[in-house]
Amino acid sequence: MATIRIPMPLRKLTNDAETVSSDAGSLAEAIDGLEATYPGIKERLCDEAGGIRRFVNIYVNGEDVRFLDNINTRLGANDEVSIVPAVAGGA
Amino acid sequence: MSFAKSLRCRECGREYPLEPSHVCEFCFGPLEVVYDYDAMHRNITRETIERGPASIWRYADFLPVDIEYAVDINAGYTPLIRAKNLGERLGLTNLWIKNDCANPTWSFKDRVVTVAATRARQFGFDTLACASTGNLANSVSAHAARAGLRAYVFIPSDLERGKIVGSSVYGATLVAVDGNYDDVNRLCSELADKYRWAFVNINMRPYYAEGSKTLGYEVAEQLGWRAPDHVVAPMASGSLYVKIWKGLQELARLWLIDSVQTKMSGAQARGCSPIVTAHEHGTTNVRPVRPQTIAKSLAIGNPADGYYALKVMEESGGYGVASDDAEIIDGMKLLAESEGIFAETAGGVVIAGLAKLAREGKIRSDELTVAYITGSGLKTQEAIEDALAIPLHIDPTMASFEHALGERARDTAQAGA
Repeated sequence: MATIRIPMPLRKLTNDAETVSSDAGSLAEAIDGLEATYPGIKERLCDEAGGIRRFVNIYVNGEDVRFLDNINTRLGANDEVSIVPAVAGGA
Repeated sequence: MSFAKSLRCRECGREYPLEPSHVCEFCFGPLEVVYDYDAMHRNITRETIERGPASIWRYADFLPVDIEYAVDINAGYTPLIRAKNLGERLGLTNLWIKNDCANPTWSFKDRVVTVAATRARQFGFDTLACASTGNLANSVSAHAARAGLRAYVFIPSDLERGKIVGSSVYGATLVAVDGNYDDVNRLCSELADKYRWAFVNINMRPYYAEGSKTLGYEVAEQLGWRAPDHVVAPMASGSLYVKIWKGLQELARLWLIDSVQTKMSGAQARGCSPIVTAHEHGTTNVRPVRPQTIAKSLAIGNPADGYYALKVMEESGGYGVASDDAEIIDGMKLLAESEGIFAETAGGVVIAGLAKLAREGKIRSDELTVAYITGSGLKTQEAIEDALAIPLHIDPTMASFEHALGERARDTAQAGA
């Protein structure tokens, strides 16, 4: 089972769960799985076209999925998925 | 009392109370402070500002904090210098340098941190924290010391020595993370959900970012209450660049200056130029990159404000410009040798970009141009020491001195031949 870490702004939707397990084969399937359990969460993460929203960063084992296969990134049994809002820094 | 009213999502417009929060719960868009501009218009004049202290606190009425909580180590009101020598080298007759090396911890970060630390104290936090490429770590550590707050600062483990020492000296807990800045940032975002600390660039971000507006106010005031024709500023996340523009716009909105016709140009290192690359491709969709540059303070591959920076670039008619490492070092040397200002690598990025824009005719020779130098070169000596002449090493005799001087003159002549 992959582990999905839920950031604070989404925990109202997950009844305060900080992590959720998923046996999905890809990130897209994992998000659909989250939506089935916690309705409303998908529209927070994805835009109308089904892609990841501009200000949402998703990492699989610390790697930005935009360096992988975006929303179609494959998920394996021990993968850790992080959902992180964009953050400022530097200049 | 501050004129700040609420926080508002820049994407969907939902409003939130003034709390330690930086993200819209609905669309994950960034939250920004909303002000009561009518009340500001009634209360703020050029004279009320000019009577204020010689620090960013002369603009306290524009900031989202109450001044009685101020954590103040005297940030801001740094020199704006007419750069005649550099201007002559570049063919620019009205060039100015905003020298933000002249801050208490030698970078512009004191502007944002003094605001964030003040707001953190106002919220009742006892700990400051940040993810940093170095300058922010220095500033957070110093402000925490001043305020009697604890500090945890997280940095990439490959940072320059000056930036490491320049944090630990203040007694902060320094955490060196094996990863790049984007990795550090991701970690801190997750920590911020767990620890009740004021992460200045995460849950304090809406307040923190407003401190950079003062770079717009100050330059306008120092020019005799007018906006520059052209600005060249460094871009990492894009926040500083966007806030300079916002600062100028606010002054115009409050009738403190005439309209703003400033072209905003942004400079990045070629080894980390996601914003400039997007601009070159005519898109506002910023693709993250893996940074590979000596300009570590600008090495943010996933720029949070890249989208807004591109909007400002487009709206203002400015340019994006990127320079490689050799050009950055040349830029640092050019500024030091022509104006006596030793900037860090990010300053080399700005000067290299400025030179390129001037050469390409994108800055007209008579435009009133301000280049922002945001941090001191003493912090990034490793980047440049191999490109400089080594000292003459002599015995304490006149003969030894004159022998060495003769050899140096020969070497210089040979190098020039």
